[in-house]
Amino acid sequence: MDFSLTDEQQRLVETARKFTREKIIPVAQKLDEHGTFPKEICEQAWEIGLMNVELPQEVGGLGLSTLDHVLMAEEVNYGCAGIGTTMFGNNLAAMPIMLAGTDEQKKKWLGMLTDAPVFAAYACSEPDAGSDVAGMRTTVRKVGDEYVVTGQKRWITNARYAQWYTVFGRIGEPRERHKGITCFVVPRDAAGISVGRKEDKLGQRASDTSDVILEEVKLTKANLVGEEGQGFKVAMKTFDRSRPWIAAGACGIMRRALDECRRYALERKAFGQPIAQFQAVQFMLAEMAMKYEATRLLMLKASWSIGQGKLDAIESSYAKAFGADSAMAVATDAVQVFGGYGYTKEYPVEKLMRDAKLLQIYEGTSQIQRMVIARNLLAQTAGQG
Amino acid sequence: MQRRTGMQPRLFELTEAQQLVRDTARNYAQKTLAPIAGQLDREGRFPQEQLAELAELGMMGVNIAEEYGGAQAGAVAYALAMMEIAHGCASTAVTMAVNNLVAETIARHGSEAQKKHYLPEITSGRFVAASFGLSEPNAGSDAAALRTTARRDGSEYVINGNKQWITSGDRAGVIIVWARTGVEGNRGISCFLVEGGSKGLHVGRHEDKMGLRASSTVSLSFEDLRVPASAMLGPEGRGFPIALGALDSGRVGIACQAVGIGTAALDSAVRYAKERHSFGQPIANYQAIRFALADVATALDAARLLALRAAAFKEAGRSFTREGAMAKVFATEKANKACDVAVQVHGGYGYIDEFPAERHYRDARITTIYEGSSEIMRIVIGRHLLAG
Repeated sequence: MDFSLTDEQQRLVETARKFTREKIIPVAQKLDEHGTFPKEICEQAWEIGLMNVELPQEVGGLGLSTLDHVLMAEEVNYGCAGIGTTMFGNNLAAMPIMLAGTDEQKKKWLGMLTDAPVFAAYACSEPDAGSDVAGMRTTVRKVGDEYVVTGQKRWITNARYAQWYTVFGRIGEPRERHKGITCFVVPRDAAGISVGRKEDKLGQRASDTSDVILEEVKLTKANLVGEEGQGFKVAMKTFDRSRPWIAAGACGIMRRALDECRRYALERKAFGQPIAQFQAVQFMLAEMAMKYEATRLLMLKASWSIGQGKLDAIESSYAKAFGADSAMAVATDAVQVFGGYGYTKEYPVEKLMRDAKLLQIYEGTSQIQRMVIARNLLAQTAGQG
Repeated sequence: MQRRTGMQPRLFELTEAQQLVRDTARNYAQKTLAPIAGQLDREGRFPQEQLAELAELGMMGVNIAEEYGGAQAGAVAYALAMMEIAHGCASTAVTMAVNNLVAETIARHGSEAQKKHYLPEITSGRFVAASFGLSEPNAGSDAAALRTTARRDGSEYVINGNKQWITSGDRAGVIIVWARTGVEGNRGISCFLVEGGSKGLHVGRHEDKMGLRASSTVSLSFEDLRVPASAMLGPEGRGFPIALGALDSGRVGIACQAVGIGTAALDSAVRYAKERHSFGQPIANYQAIRFALADVATALDAARLLALRAAAFKEAGRSFTREGAMAKVFATEKANKACDVAVQVHGGYGYIDEFPAERHYRDARITTIYEGSSEIMRIVIGRHLLAG
């Protein structure tokens, strides 16, 4: 058991921390206020190797592990979870291809991300199918050698800026549930693709969230990721790999909240002394620190397991649900520590609170994580643990 | 048996007058406020016309005597009205709450001349708003630390200092200003009625708030602002107890506001849960959703009862400091929970402005902070427990 980071990991963290301090923190509030997409920041992050970190070296990526990725992502999310999510968006889009794509697909589509600072998007959810992935209605008709895809995708991170999408659609009838679901990689400029309006979100306002609409989009076998009917499995495996990232978002938000609160509690005076002297405030800070540490350990454990190849969905869900719920509680308490000032945009804690809420919703709600956990628990043979 | 006002004779039944006030408020909130609340929030637009209409309905002096233009319907009726208005629009509700609070404070401590002069202006809506000027940049929870001064100069007082978080401070016809006329600490504080537009009154920047974005929150500064000695509210040096008494009432108002916001969130979550399908059925069928909604409904009902108890004690002339603090901390924390559950039940749709859930969530957050934070409420409750 060793909790220390390698020298490479330490350097990665330091690079990301410096980038966050210099490039992200100074502009995060403004991007949030105007809902500005962090294009330049992502381009700069790309330059120094902070985008697309899990992409394999064969396609020009860094080939970093999930563990490396979450260590780096925690730093970025410390500065702004909206930017963190934008960066996750590319990794998420790439994951189905990394998991199930052909070498040719990897070279072409993943290579695009390592060749230039461009964006990609993962398009799975629909207006009436969020938690219930198998309830999706996007249809895939087979016409000769072609696949014709029609449907509407919702909550698509980076939709407006993506050069390509990993899209999930259904071959067959909706009543067949997950059986016919199939994954495709779809270029943005394919005929029949359009992007809907930008969602006006509570938090993570720098990230772009829009609909992607597919009208009779014609694709070929070259666009098929994995096999026909394997899409549901690809989507679920993708989530198993991506959920620790959300825990990294939670860690970033919590550590930021804790730092801001510590500073403020030592400065702010009430009843003749710094509020840090009051147990009510001390206990909130102590809770924050415990929740941060526990989330971090769950995140590192889940990421380590992925690196060991013994991916267990339950560990990713532990980290994601615990992290998201903890971040929400911590950010809410952070506003409380700041009092009225916490409710204004003069201090960063109200943004932390708005940003945190999304962690409990996207990439599988906190409720879905509990379903996954319970299902895995109940499927385990007694005594196996 | 003679029927007394409030909740005494039959604990859970309202008088006809109370029902009338509640129904009037509900009707206005649902027909007029709820449909525009989202837009007011997005545009950060002060609900000027709506406040005038509410004044016509008697909502700016629910617990003020008729001779001063009030509805004279009592503290319980006011509590009920506040819950309903907050259900429709929390920003409008807080503005209304402060107007009523200022009116009640003047009614309780003012001279006959002050009451005759100011109360009809507030209750009629001729003053679009009134303000409560207690908090300062470095004196929020710790009000006794305030630094604004009022120096006697002949027949006048000269006020200097800064106030923070003043609801409607830029729109107020009258502002109750707490200032130091004597020694440090809580014994040297007095209270003044300062009119909007007075020379030496400067409105600072508008706070850019997370929620309640249609209410106005500003800082105020006083630069050699002169008021006649007759502008003092209550006796010299008695400002602090006046503030504490007013805050007792204000807290019941905020408890009611929180119940209203929380109930609006619950109602929208119930509506959505019945409509939204996943895994082949309405999500309302799932225990995860039902249990969450059941907990929220239970907590909000308990909050409502705590708030009405505090209001009933007030109406009966009993001390209600402890009851008000309990109602405030409980109702505001449960309202936050209710709004959080509502966003969660809505999933991604709860995170965007197409549904009211995210607005309720932002609006609710301040309720555990202002009018005495949850921490201060616990100090008050703890003190009562240990003094027993």
